[in-house]
This record gives sequence, structure tokens and C-alpha cells, in this order.
Amino acid sequence: MIRIDSLTKRYGGLAAVDDVSFTAFPGRVTGFLGPNGAGKSTTLRIVTGLAEPTAGRATVLGSRFADLPNPGLDVGVLLDASAQHGGRTGRETLVLAQRTMGLPDAQVDAMLDLVGLTPAESRRRVRDYSLGMRQRLGIATALLGDPRVLILDEPANGLDPAGIRWMRDLLRGFADDGGTVLLSSHLLAEIETIADDIVVIGHGRVVAAGSKAELLAGAGALVRADDGAALGSALVSAGYRATAGADGAVVTDAAPVDAGRVAFAAGIPVSELRDSDGTALEEMFLDLTSADQRDRRADAHAPTPTGARA
Amino acid sequence: MSTLTPALVDAAAGPARRRRIPLTRLVGVELRKLTDTRASRWLLAAVPLLTLVVVTGVTLWGDDSEVTFLAHTTTNMMPLELILPLVTVLAVTGEWSQRSASTTFTLVPRRGRVMTAKAVGALLVTLAATATVVVLSAAGTVAAARVRGLDAVWDLSLDLTLRLALANLVAIAFGFVVAVVIRRTAPAMVAYLAFMFVVPMVSMVAAGLWTWWAGNGAWYDLTWSTSFVTGPEITGEQWAQVGTSALIWIVVPMVLGMRRLLRAEIR
Repeated sequence: MIRIDSLTKRYGGLAAVDDVSFTAFPGRVTGFLGPNGAGKSTTLRIVTGLAEPTAGRATVLGSRFADLPNPGLDVGVLLDASAQHGGRTGRETLVLAQRTMGLPDAQVDAMLDLVGLTPAESRRRVRDYSLGMRQRLGIATALLGDPRVLILDEPANGLDPAGIRWMRDLLRGFADDGGTVLLSSHLLAEIETIADDIVVIGHGRVVAAGSKAELLAGAGALVRADDGAALGSALVSAGYRATAGADGAVVTDAAPVDAGRVAFAAGIPVSELRDSDGTALEEMFLDLTSADQRDRRADAHAPTPTGARA
Repeated sequence: MSTLTPALVDAAAGPARRRRIPLTRLVGVELRKLTDTRASRWLLAAVPLLTLVVVTGVTLWGDDSEVTFLAHTTTNMMPLELILPLVTVLAVTGEWSQRSASTTFTLVPRRGRVMTAKAVGALLVTLAATATVVVLSAAGTVAAARVRGLDAVWDLSLDLTLRLALANLVAIAFGFVVAVVIRRTAPAMVAYLAFMFVVPMVSMVAAGLWTWWAGNGAWYDLTWSTSFVTGPEITGEQWAQVGTSALIWIVVPMVLGMRRLLRAEIR
């Protein structure tokens, strides 16, 4: 379990992380979603003790990360797969972690096997690894101590579709065994497929948080009718927001039951009526992303210290 | 939040019960890091190789006065003053330049312990390299005497041997400080080399132009005061000069640099 409590990190006048609170629970995959530069990496660096918060507190399994006696055995961390010593072999990278944690030698081969790095690959220098291989090596390092918590920053970066599928299954299995997974991503689709709980962050602030079911459902309805434009105006005059698509589909913030009533009252036959399946989440996320890009264009020379490289 | 959930009970009791990673294990890991990359391996291999080359050269072509144990040892120590600090610099700056610091410090969040382990590792390597040079110099002394039909001259005192080792330790301590303060490989190496070669020159010129510096510079110039350490005799005042200049160049920057390093955000 990871608890993040009113975490704030300021760089000069800029709040990269601004009063962020959320909890990642055991048995669940928590997706930490936000555009690049939203404060995800900074938050994760604070959680793992690599940065000091300006205010607030983060605990992992009830302790501050820095107070864990041998953190590798409790928390697997992968913050940046490219941050590995290029001059060492993949195997040597794991051996150093294994020795630091005080684990048996056999654990290294077991992990190489688990993440699908062959013995020949493991003897190559990390600087010759593709990003996907580095991600696998980073995952191996994170899993080495058989931890109960995983903290991963953009773990799918550089993986091919098969690798992404592998990662998803691995994290699912980890959570199903009672582990806590906190992973960040700037891709909504990636988070949607894997996370049980979603925390959306923009400009350092949490803008939405809840279970995936909560965030995706109850967010509105998709209604389809032959005359989409008429349906749209009926919804608007009933006080809802509505956007008519090309093929008669209307996305509205009304719940399906209310949207159905409006259509019935207006005498418009409906051919489809359902939850809008995260359309609202997607729009919110797109709003965040585009607002962010506008900001960057506006002050292109301003420093963007928050995880912009992640 | 229910305290009856098994995972939470487990969580409350788990991590705190674990034993802290012992420093000896961290020293072992840091020693391994000193030798597991090509750069550091070659630098360390250069110690016995250079010594062998120099010993052979001096034995074959040197003057009779250059083949004593003392002459051999002091000559062979010279490359150490360059190599060992560079190995030390790499051990520290590599974490930042190669960005492995984020893994290192998430496995051991108490950064002071990692840095202590690095310092102890560098110290052990320095002592081992010094001992290697002394042993190879002894072998060279015997070999040279045989080749030339002379009696081997064992003129290196224990006192001077220890002071030669101390001079090496001062050199790596300064290399360590430079790395802690700068934390990037290339600039730290340049800074170290500049210090070793430029400061003595500047200091000498200053001494020529300015009589006060000629009389008192050794209190402030570490390269000047450490040259006393490897001399045949060293006075109490010279020891004091080693102390003050080490305070200025090693102790104070080490304290300031470590304070920053322990708090700095690791990216």
C-alpha cells in the first residue's frame, strides 16, 4: 500500500506537485495518468525517496521509503529504464542489486528468465540494449527482491505490442496475488487496459481519481438516433450538454436513463443507448493535454522540471 | 480503512522487522562496482602493468643509484597518484553520469551509507595498490641487483612506506571530494588533473613573485604540503601544514559537498 498525503513540491515559484493525495491499495493496479510534465515522475521520485517534498508526506507499507531497512525486499522500483550504467552487462546490473539486497545468486537467473532476457543477451553491455530490453532489465531489478509493492514510471515505453501484453499480464498477476502496483503513463489507452484505479494529474494537481469503473461509467451516455441533430438540441434544451456526431451518435453528460427519457419526451426513436465508456475521461484528458501544450508554446523558454524527460 | 485486512496487518509488521543492510555488504558491492566496467578495470590493471614496465626499464637502463628499494618504490608510486584518484572519481560520478544513482539510492535510500561504502572501497583499493607497488618494487630491487651483480639495497624505512601510503590516501581523498562536489565524470576528472598540475605551477610562480607565499604557501597549498609527506624526513610544522591545507581542500569541501549530495534530487 502506498499513501500519498498532501504532497507538494516547489521549484522556486513553480509547484510541480501541488497538494497531491491518493492511495494505491493492495490487490489493485493504480494507474497514475497525466500528460508529460504533469508531475507524475516528480511524485514518484518523492515516494521513492529520491526527492524531498516541500510539504506533505508519502509512505509505502506504512513507512517513509527512506526508513525502510532494505527497501528492495518490499518495494520494486523502476523509474527510468535508461538510467542504468551502460558499461555494465545486464547480468552484472542484476548481480549488484542482488548482492545489495543480500539475496541468493540463483535469484538473478530466475529473474532473467522471468523477463525473457536470454543468457547471451544478459552478457551484453547495457549501452547496447534497446529500450525494450532495458525495460525488461529494469523490471527484473524491480522484481528481484520479491517485493509486495511495485512503483513503475512509464514501464511500457519502448516495449513492442507483445511486450506490452506481457507487462500487462505480469502486473495483473502481481496485483491478483495481493501486491500493490502504482504505474504512471501519459497514454490513456494503456492505463485503461490495465488499471483498477485511476488517478489523473494535470499541472501538478489531481483532477480526477477513483476506480476505473467509477471514472468510466456515470460519466454520461452515448445515444444514437436517425436524427442526431434533433436529439442533440432536445438534450440541450433539457439542460444537458450534448455533442452530435456524424452518424447520429450523440455524446451527452446526461446519464443513460435521463437521456432516454429526453428522447422519449421529444418523440425521437433511439437506436442505441449506453454508457459513454470513458468518453468524458478521454475528453478531460485531452483538455489537459492540449492545455498543457498551449502553455508550453506560450512560454517555451520556461523550465519544465517535472518529469518532462520521462 | 480496516485494520483486519491481512495485507495491511502484514504491511504494518513487515518492513520494520527487516534487518538493515550491513555496511560490509555495501562495501563489497562498491568494490565490485570498482572493477566491473571496462574503464575502471583498465585503470586498475594499469597499476601492476605500469609498475612492471617501469621496474624493467629502470633495472635495464637505470643508474646504479636508481635501483635501490627506495628509488624503485618512490618512482613506482607516481602513477598511483594519478590513477587511483581517477578510479575514485569514476566510482562516485559514474552514479550520476551513467544515471545508475536512481537504482542505487532506491535500493539504499540512506545515501550517506552508500557514500561511506564508496569511500571505504576506494581506501581498500588504494592500500592494495600501494602494497602491490611495494612488493613489485622489492622484486625489482632483487632483480636489478642480480642483473648488475650488486648487493640489493634495502633503504626504504617503514616510516616512509607508511607516509607513501598516506600520500596516496590524501590523493584519493581529494579525488573523492572533487567527485562529490562536481558529480559529473568528465568535469570532475578535468578538475582533478587541473588541480594536480596547475596549482603547483601557479603556486611556484606566486612563491617567486611574493615572498610571503614562499614562506607560508605550504599552509594553504595541498600539493605543496603533501610533497613533504613523501620526503625523506618530515617536521612537526610540515605535518601541521598538511593538516591545514587538507582542512581547506578536503575537509571543508567534503562537508559542504556531502550536505548537498545527501539532499539533492536524483533524476
